[in-house]
Amino acid sequence: MALTARRQVLETEPLATAKTAKVAAHGVTVFYADKQALEDVSMDIRGHEVTALIGPSGCGKSTFLRCMNRMNDTIAICRVEGEILVDGVDIYGPGVDVVHLRARIGMVFQKPNPFPKSIFENVAYGPRIHGLAENKVALDDIVETSLRRAGLWDEVKDRLNEAGTGLSGGQQQRLCIARAIAVSPEVILMDEPCSALDPIATARIEELIDELREKYTIVIVTHSMQQAARVSQRTAFFHLGVLVEQGDTEQIFTNPVEKRTQDYITGRIG
Amino acid sequence: MSKWAAPTGVSLADCAQARLRGRYRAERRFRYCGIAAICLALGMLGVLFATILAQGLPVLTQTQIGLDVAFAPGILDPDGTGEAETLARADYRKLARNALRTVIPEASGRRDKRALAKMLSIGAEEELRDAVLADPTLVGQTKRIWLTAGADFDALNKGTIARTGAESDRRLSDKQIAWFDALDANGQVRRAFNSRFFTAGDSREPELAGVLGAVVGTLYALAITLLLAFPLGVMAAVYLEEFAPKNRWTGIVEVNINNLAAVPSIVFGLLGLAVFLNFFGLPRSAPLVGGMVLALMTLPTIIIAARASLKAVPPSIREAALGIGASPMQTVTHHVLPLAMPGILTGTIIGMARALGETAPLLMIGMVAFIADIPSRVTDPASVLPVQVFLWADAPERAFAERTAAAILVLLTVLVAMNLSAVILRKKFERRW
Repeated sequence: MALTARRQVLETEPLATAKTAKVAAHGVTVFYADKQALEDVSMDIRGHEVTALIGPSGCGKSTFLRCMNRMNDTIAICRVEGEILVDGVDIYGPGVDVVHLRARIGMVFQKPNPFPKSIFENVAYGPRIHGLAENKVALDDIVETSLRRAGLWDEVKDRLNEAGTGLSGGQQQRLCIARAIAVSPEVILMDEPCSALDPIATARIEELIDELREKYTIVIVTHSMQQAARVSQRTAFFHLGVLVEQGDTEQIFTNPVEKRTQDYITGRIG
Repeated sequence: MSKWAAPTGVSLADCAQARLRGRYRAERRFRYCGIAAICLALGMLGVLFATILAQGLPVLTQTQIGLDVAFAPGILDPDGTGEAETLARADYRKLARNALRTVIPEASGRRDKRALAKMLSIGAEEELRDAVLADPTLVGQTKRIWLTAGADFDALNKGTIARTGAESDRRLSDKQIAWFDALDANGQVRRAFNSRFFTAGDSREPELAGVLGAVVGTLYALAITLLLAFPLGVMAAVYLEEFAPKNRWTGIVEVNINNLAAVPSIVFGLLGLAVFLNFFGLPRSAPLVGGMVLALMTLPTIIIAARASLKAVPPSIREAALGIGASPMQTVTHHVLPLAMPGILTGTIIGMARALGETAPLLMIGMVAFIADIPSRVTDPASVLPVQVFLWADAPERAFAERTAAAILVLLTVLVAMNLSAVILRKKFERRW
């Protein structure tokens, strides 16, 4: 009964329309013990768009990404200040269920990390623990839809019972994307999803990201400025823990306001 | 090649070559040292095993003496009632001695008779009674029955006892040896499989002593140990590794667990004596208490091993599970624990193997007592294998020496069986990522 209620909550969440802020961060400041990693970051992430976070290593972009589904909670020494609103609700506020939050805001990691289980089990795990499928048929259906959306179905449909870890790197990463979308999240966070992949696999993932934009809001951290330019509509540039500049991708890459942004995209700092 | 030559014209290549040869020599020396060390270790192990086997294997057979026993109704059932109770209480010693005296009539004096009686084990009476009770029609007949020989005659037959030398220094007199040889020449001596060693409990008589009581005691104690230490240890490790905040208190707990693993086992025995026996009043000498003490001793080992293998599970698996909204507990039970299980099992087996060989703490809680019965409950008094080895090694009778070796063999067999099952379990649980 509780599970059905939760499902309805998941389904009846108001669909954020384009141009409205799906996620809004206000004054987010993060410390790892005494070391400040992010300082006063405020930005809006619009629904059904791809937002790219760029910047040199250690600039805090991954930290910011991990604030959005509270993955930083798992690091004991990490302290987050400020507020992050998802659909107007502060996710760091009291009474927020982290487990439910992470089901709404999925995540794809830098290194493909499928479970050491079968391909089917990898995708079915999320729906199963959240009770999204009433029976085996519905579960099969979710697995197939998720794998189709991740563009992996045709490659694995005959070997769903084989180990997910036996796939190639690019396939593993698409499996992780399928696993993330199987629980019908609203936002998908991607932490350098292509950094461990070859150019062809990268191109496939990029295509996929563009398709997924229709249904999900996507935030992607990337080291590759070309990738940011190719897949995103909005771009935010971080440097030394500070959000330097944000704006439409085209504007950031062609006509940045800040000099530091200019220097970074032309390769002078980084 | 010339591209890489030193520009100054000094031939670096030559001295580099010399150094390289030196390095190869050093490497070879190192390898030979390693091989020599392994050979030495294997050789020692071989000597050890050869000694134990040579000592222990004779226990597999037991000398028996075949006597034509006259089941005289006058001794067995003077009133002719034929009741089982009367038969059970009859004087079988007399029966056995009469049978011996018929074969060796020359033993006439008191001393001779006593020396002759030593030829049969005390257990021979029981064997005769069992034969009669199994088949009451024997009464009144004369039948050849194979009876267990006394320990000294068993040793004589196996050649482990001296036949020559000063008579006063020997366990058996010339007369006794002559009687035995006469029986042997007559085909009345044989060596049969010693099933009693595997089916009986301890005994004061070496030829009647068996190892089953200690084996059962060991299995009970280890079962208790496993039941207590494994769940407690795994849960403690999971909490400390996955859930506990990293602060001073968990630091203190961690240091203490590591220290406990190094505490001498006899201290745990004292603890068991003080707490389990004196305070809680649990039964003495019981496998239940032994298992509890051994569990205390094994717990730190299991916790440390389990924490190490939980730590070895890649954090990416935890992130993956948490990232799709698994609760911390689901993350642990569905993903982390199964991946850590092979390592946890290995640690558990190492701990259990240590518990299996432990004697000192069990001495403190009274498991060193002489117990002839095979325990049927965990609260029955019992012994365990290492303590049994200790007891037999301590016994004055010469024949207990070979039983000591045989008990060591049984102990090692149990150990190997345990390790084997661990390997099988490991293989079953092992998964790659």
